[in-house]
Amino acid sequence: MAHVHVTPSDPIEALIEEQGYDDHFHDHHHGDKYQSGFIGHYIFSMDHKIIARQFLITGIFWAIIGAAMSIVFRLQLGFPEGDMEWLKPILGKWITVNDGIGQLSPEFYYALVTMHGTILVFFVLTAGLSGTFSNLLIPLQVGARDMASPFLNMLSYWFFFLASCVMFYSLFLSTGPFAGGWTAYPPLSALPQASSGSGTGMTLWLVSLTLFVVSALLGGINYITTILNLRTKGMTMFRMPLPMWAFFITAILGVLSFPVLASGFFMLMFDRGLGTSFFLSEIFIEGQALDRVGGSPILYQHLFWFLGHPEVYIIILPAMGIVSEVLSVHARKPIFGYQAMVLSILAIGFLAFIVWAHHMFMSGVNPFLSNFFVIFTLIIAVPSAVKVFNWITTLWGGNIRFTSSMLFAIGFVSMFISGGLTGIFLGNSAIDIQLHDTYFVVAHFHIVMGIAAFFGMYCGVYHWFPKMFGRFMNETLGKIHFWVTLVGAYAIFWPMHYLGMAGVPRRYYSFETFDAFKHFGAMNQFITIAAIVVFAAQILMVINFFYSIFKGKKMTTKNPYGANTLEWTTPIETGHGNWPGKIPSVHRWPYDYGKDGKEFVPQIMPLAEGEIEGDH
Amino acid sequence: MSTQTINPLRFRNRIHPQLFALYIAFGSIMMMFGALTSAYIVKHAQGDWLEYTMPGQFYISTAILLLSSVTLHFSYRNFIGQKERPYKLLLLISFVLGLTFVVFQYQGWVALFEVGVDFKANVSGSFLYLITGLHALHILGGVAAITVAIISAYTLPFVVTEKRKKGFKLVLHYWHFVDLLWIYLLAFLLLVK
Repeated sequence: MAHVHVTPSDPIEALIEEQGYDDHFHDHHHGDKYQSGFIGHYIFSMDHKIIARQFLITGIFWAIIGAAMSIVFRLQLGFPEGDMEWLKPILGKWITVNDGIGQLSPEFYYALVTMHGTILVFFVLTAGLSGTFSNLLIPLQVGARDMASPFLNMLSYWFFFLASCVMFYSLFLSTGPFAGGWTAYPPLSALPQASSGSGTGMTLWLVSLTLFVVSALLGGINYITTILNLRTKGMTMFRMPLPMWAFFITAILGVLSFPVLASGFFMLMFDRGLGTSFFLSEIFIEGQALDRVGGSPILYQHLFWFLGHPEVYIIILPAMGIVSEVLSVHARKPIFGYQAMVLSILAIGFLAFIVWAHHMFMSGVNPFLSNFFVIFTLIIAVPSAVKVFNWITTLWGGNIRFTSSMLFAIGFVSMFISGGLTGIFLGNSAIDIQLHDTYFVVAHFHIVMGIAAFFGMYCGVYHWFPKMFGRFMNETLGKIHFWVTLVGAYAIFWPMHYLGMAGVPRRYYSFETFDAFKHFGAMNQFITIAAIVVFAAQILMVINFFYSIFKGKKMTTKNPYGANTLEWTTPIETGHGNWPGKIPSVHRWPYDYGKDGKEFVPQIMPLAEGEIEGDH
Repeated sequence: MSTQTINPLRFRNRIHPQLFALYIAFGSIMMMFGALTSAYIVKHAQGDWLEYTMPGQFYISTAILLLSSVTLHFSYRNFIGQKERPYKLLLLISFVLGLTFVVFQYQGWVALFEVGVDFKANVSGSFLYLITGLHALHILGGVAAITVAIISAYTLPFVVTEKRKKGFKLVLHYWHFVDLLWIYLLAFLLLVK
């Protein structure tokens, strides 16, 4: 009797009623208690779709701040003689004016670089990307009413929000936010007196990131449990859309590696506050020897990079999953090599844990130990190449629709190839002797996990925007956004490879006094101008985003792209519980495009008589 | 907390998703202590290591913790066996034993401190306080969970429902886990010194 109040309004709904699974969800309307009222619905919401939007909008907020910071330090690098007095109303005392020329203070330059890294890696590309799309898509694509624990899911967002508040507050400290690099290596992070940002700034950094770890763990536990336990009838693991596999492995990486970072943070807190010597050894400060004995800063690096390396896959795997789905939908072709895609995600997930020391080749680790890490690092090229090959083959001969989301998906593949190739250089410990800590590294990781992950995120935002807000984003603005970003991102990071090969070190405030580097001034100017143009294009995207929430073209059909996955069988206004009646059951894999003369066959369609399922 | 998204009739698998989520959390906690004990091994290998004898209080606390696992386990058996009095009594005893464990841990720290093993003097002491302290926090989390179980035991009418069985199981399994975790940590601290 549960579904008597539903009158199927279209064939898809009728099919769900006929084939679907009745979980008596709508028998109990008290389940919607927490959905009533503005606060319960939009603020302390336990609905995964609202939480996804909260993650996304908070992520956008941080992305604007993080990108604006990069513009300020790019101005310093591109125009070291330029007048920055116009920034004084915002940056205040961090701009010193001499002879009418405003100069960015070096301390604040380091703080900007540090905060840019922290914000982008953790708040934007972890919470904003994986937080948004795991929340939005996991219950919808596996066929669940919501997450396994909606309450923990809500806590996950609010811990992220708290972490955000603490970090945001630290930006306004009179001593400035932490300035020792986003990796927070001791001793700069362990000694409050080491630099102005190492005091309160670093304390708040640690508090914020510890809260962030809690958020990531609560989210990750929920994602794994939902995928393993709440899949609908017929949704076997190998019938899951590829984003599900990507989010699943991402969550496992997070759940296993973030606690290790937390351990490192606890030891760092002890070193800072209680005078222990985990990471601090005999150091002289202003002629005075510290009373610390025998600590090892390398130990912190091991603990940090044991998270830090899986972290880059936590960032890139969701993007890969989103791109795989969008490429297949808009090429109107099944994804090429579904099983190979899944296995390569698993391989990347496994390898992620045994390559961390390639960030430390020049930190004084044993060169024989480095060999081990070189081999495993280079092996990552294999599953990565499998994925790239499969994406390109998916496009081959496809009936491609060049929507904004598709363009960003293709752009992702381009970025991932360009950035991945330089990874093969850097993975060699011998070449790393020349290239470590140069702009070559900066170029490599920005392209392969910064820009590429952003492309994956944009791809997902343009594609699932109708599912989130019931409207479409403006396509013309989307295409302008894409082309400016694609060309501009290459214009920013391509020249940096040359700077890096010439040995220009990263994190330097100015190259004016270095004969070897100062002739790169024009190149640095070019990079800065490109960065400003790209920043402007992102602002355009943000305007498009918020404008489209209220004024975008309305979604009129449930399944505007002709996609096979379950989220497009839900009503346009998807309510709490996702499906108004029964939960759909699944009969096939999600990539039946162009099969037996049909353009697409949704997952809820039973196999026709004599039909053999899939081709995987 | 609403569990409306989960209908127990729906599961083809026997394990409740929230219990499964708890097991994943165990994985996280193990990684955290795994990281600390790995760091311990690394620092230990670098020398300059102060050796100390484990204070007797830690052995007493270990026995108390093991006992509390047994009492909590039988409290659960009595709960599903519809025996209200022993269920409530054993639940209270487990709560007291849990707190007693923390008291004895504290006594152990005091004893260590008195023989000169403090936070700062040597990293072996720093590790000991960090690891056992963090574990004690996890025990207190378990005590809080048992408190919730006690509150529902005394405020709700005694009815054995699937939902309450699940809730009790969450507490019970967590408690067994932090118990086993302590056995590992104690054995580790005794073996690597």
